[in-house]
Amino acid sequence: MYLRHGTFSYLPELTDAEIAAQVRYALLNSWPVSIEYTDDPHPRNAYWEMWGLPLFDLDEPDGVLAEINACRATFPRHYVRVLAYDARFGRQTTALSFLVQRPADEPGFGLTRLEGPDRQQKYGLHSYATDKRQGQRYGG
Amino acid sequence: MAAEANGFRLHRPGTGDGRPVRAEPAEDAVEILDDGALLDLSTDIAGNDVEDTLTRLDAELVGLANVKRRVREIAALLLIDRARQRFGLSASRPTMHMSFTGGPGTGKTTVALRMAEMLHALGYIRKPKVHTVTRDDLVGQFIGHTAPKTKEALAKAAGGVLFIDEAYYLFRPENERDYGQEVIEILLQEMESERASLVVIFAGYPDRMERFFSANPGLSSRVAHHLEFADYTHAELLGIAELMVARENFRFDEPAQAAFAEYLALRMTRPRFSNARSVRNALDRCRLRQAKRLVELRRPLTKTDLITLTDQDVYGSSVFTDSTEPRDGPSARAPA
Repeated sequence: MYLRHGTFSYLPELTDAEIAAQVRYALLNSWPVSIEYTDDPHPRNAYWEMWGLPLFDLDEPDGVLAEINACRATFPRHYVRVLAYDARFGRQTTALSFLVQRPADEPGFGLTRLEGPDRQQKYGLHSYATDKRQGQRYGG
Repeated sequence: MAAEANGFRLHRPGTGDGRPVRAEPAEDAVEILDDGALLDLSTDIAGNDVEDTLTRLDAELVGLANVKRRVREIAALLLIDRARQRFGLSASRPTMHMSFTGGPGTGKTTVALRMAEMLHALGYIRKPKVHTVTRDDLVGQFIGHTAPKTKEALAKAAGGVLFIDEAYYLFRPENERDYGQEVIEILLQEMESERASLVVIFAGYPDRMERFFSANPGLSSRVAHHLEFADYTHAELLGIAELMVARENFRFDEPAQAAFAEYLALRMTRPRFSNARSVRNALDRCRLRQAKRLVELRRPLTKTDLITLTDQDVYGSSVFTDSTEPRDGPSARAPA
């Protein structure tokens, strides 16, 4: 199953040049860019692990790309995304978020059913990948 | 079918749920001139910008003939490189890392700024920006602190010029566990990489830079251009003073000009003389004395009063009064 997550998820995978162009767009809007990674693809999992601190005071994407590549090298089988934050509203607001790496094989999700009171049905999603413990998912 | 023709698909699980595939990229056709073609260099749009920068360099900087010549050579090299690419003659990108050696106040930073503009006009770097750093911005204070700091500086300078001031401080042979060596290694990697359009300029005083490069042969060989900034002569310093005064909308009257020439002759023999910077400081103090003089006139002032620096303003300097020269002691201060 191909996980659709964030902007551009219906497009073919971005090349490094395209990622650089997107990052440059964010920087021209003065949105600081940060990099995050995770191996828990549940759609409700909003907070991924941060790869270092957000990269402030840049005006060219080279530094961001170097960090993305460092993150890919460290976590070759994780999801990696790039976030751009817009701070104009006085709070950090995500202006742009897109995946720059995904595992080669994504097992997808199973539907879980939970019996509630009065025969109520509660539904949930369960990612098959999370059956293994963190760091050992996706064939790691 | 009609729906699929305009790009919308009904989602059916299990089929076509794989990764989106990139359409064949279009061949970007850059027209390559044929062997018999003639190429007029003056049609290169970059040429005009470069000519502009070079004229400004000539106008703004007095002396420095060898530096100006080298800058012109670099500009010509890059122009010819662009012309060769038009004919499809690919060559490796010429390296542009430089070292500027010269005394204090000889215009190293100014030339770096102009250089960045020129390299940007010729498409060698992506933006005409100079990011100035010193040892403190690159070297960390504990293990594992240096690499992130250096990488951050490189990220900020990316696509432009990284100007390392007083670069010889990076290397401290007397300290075994100094982290400066690590900075040099990271810089070497970055300077080698073809992708990063980054130009590194090392700047510092000649004798110490000499030692710095001799201790790091790998670095010295990767720096293509070693530019030497000679100290200015008395006549050149007077020219610089004229330029500075004109730029600030002042002017020297006749006696003041003679007085300032005399002042410079005296000041050049004193310790801690730093070329153009000393001239600027001297002029600032002349303006102070002029302001004091004008206030004490206690009469309405004309425009001429406001723009004229007289010999009185120059002779007020302590250089003329101190006959006993303070020889380099720790407490000796630079003459005002």
